[in-house]
Amino acid sequence: MKYLEDIGSYFLMLRRTFSGFTKGDVLRELIFKEIDDLVMSSLGIVSFIGFFVGGVITLQTALNLTDPIIPKELVAFATRQSIILEFAPTFISIIMAGKVGSFITSSIGSMRVTEQIDALEVMGVNSLNYLVFPKVIALLTYPFLIAIAMFLGIFGGLIAGVYGGFVSLDEFIRGLQEDFIPFHLVYAFVKTYVFAFILATVPAWHGYYMKGGALEVGKASTKSFVWTSVLIILANYIITQLLLS
Amino acid sequence: MIAIDNLKMQFGSEEILKGISTVFEQGKTNLIIGQSGSGKSVMLKCLIGLLKPVAGTISYHNKPTDQMNLVQQRILRENIGMLFQGGALFDSMTIEENIMFPLRMFSDQSTPKMISRVNEVLNRVNLDGVNNKFPAEISGGMQKRVSIARAIVNNPKYLFCDEPNSGLDPKTATVIDNLIQRITHENDITTIVVTHDMNSVMEIGERINFLKNGILVWKGTQEDIFKTSNQDVTDFVYSSNLFKKIRDVQNKNS
Repeated sequence: MKYLEDIGSYFLMLRRTFSGFTKGDVLRELIFKEIDDLVMSSLGIVSFIGFFVGGVITLQTALNLTDPIIPKELVAFATRQSIILEFAPTFISIIMAGKVGSFITSSIGSMRVTEQIDALEVMGVNSLNYLVFPKVIALLTYPFLIAIAMFLGIFGGLIAGVYGGFVSLDEFIRGLQEDFIPFHLVYAFVKTYVFAFILATVPAWHGYYMKGGALEVGKASTKSFVWTSVLIILANYIITQLLLS
Repeated sequence: MIAIDNLKMQFGSEEILKGISTVFEQGKTNLIIGQSGSGKSVMLKCLIGLLKPVAGTISYHNKPTDQMNLVQQRILRENIGMLFQGGALFDSMTIEENIMFPLRMFSDQSTPKMISRVNEVLNRVNLDGVNNKFPAEISGGMQKRVSIARAIVNNPKYLFCDEPNSGLDPKTATVIDNLIQRITHENDITTIVVTHDMNSVMEIGERINFLKNGILVWKGTQEDIFKTSNQDVTDFVYSSNLFKKIRDVQNKNS
């Protein structure tokens, strides 16, 4: 029963988020601030993880493909497929659920605890539109991060594969180009947009409707990470079923 | 003027407000007093629309809020200034941005004009020169004054204050009380203050409403409160050692 209530309040939150709009120039400023806080500030960690996990995928694949009849190009092919289809969109999104999601929950939760949200409401500002809508719009630029993670993941794989002596540069490039299906990129970015929406709204719901004090803000952040991750994984399964099977 | 009629509020099966009717006069500081848990803050939240009462009517200048359309409700909210217990200043904004916030949201004034208005209200609350500081960089008393400045920057018709003196030393508390009263008289606004501080009652209590367990048990003025025979009110007033001692000295002298 509690879950049904929560689902209901999540959708009611969405309805209020997309109505009663804040003044245009204020909203524009908020959107740029959120792009900076949520997306640009994650560039470093996404690049770092992308590069090294790409390298590890290549190493693992190369170390496990010891049979001489298996062409070396397969190392690059497997790296490309793993990174484009799953690692960059899904794995990075789960990391972002921890980084960005916790930030959203704790910042909105702190505003709830210190009555700042009440202050907005008393002034006649639609607090959900003011707080959540700019985050949703800012995360429309999230695929930019995922594209960087894809590029750096493959680049990390190339460095690890070629300089580790597992595969030549030519073989790696040939493997990258082998059986490339452009629709896989469409699939990856479609699910990235869905994950971006989940990343913006689920942590916001946990922060906005939390009750209690500072300790509960911490609890809400943890809960928000768990639920955002669960929903990303569920959405990943459903989208994969719908678009690829 | 704000009038409430048969206001009821409950959380689950627990009744918090049990049919309260009273009038808050314009140009006066109207106090809602009572012990913790008596329903004061819930009543205030109902008045400003943060909570929806289960029954009863709240009228602003004879216009019931439940008969107002969305535009009227928005205009009403623009005419409300609120001083929260903890100040509720936006901690990511400077003092200037905090005070300018209602102007940015609801007016089309140019930035220099808004800054000039911010300086005007900061001067009014005796806080010149703090424009570029953040709320965390100023004291609790200063935060309360900034909060008052933010509440009055739009020239509201109604000012609500939730425990304005909580956490403040007596001297700063008196400054805040006097400021609230001065603004009320100068702007001829309807001010409602929720408090359980007897010093505030003595400083600014022009009209007093006493709540106990969600029921309005007494109404009167500052002078009446020491003459009343209502046991609940006298228990509340003389629960303060200071007032108890003053009464004892007066009894001894007479």
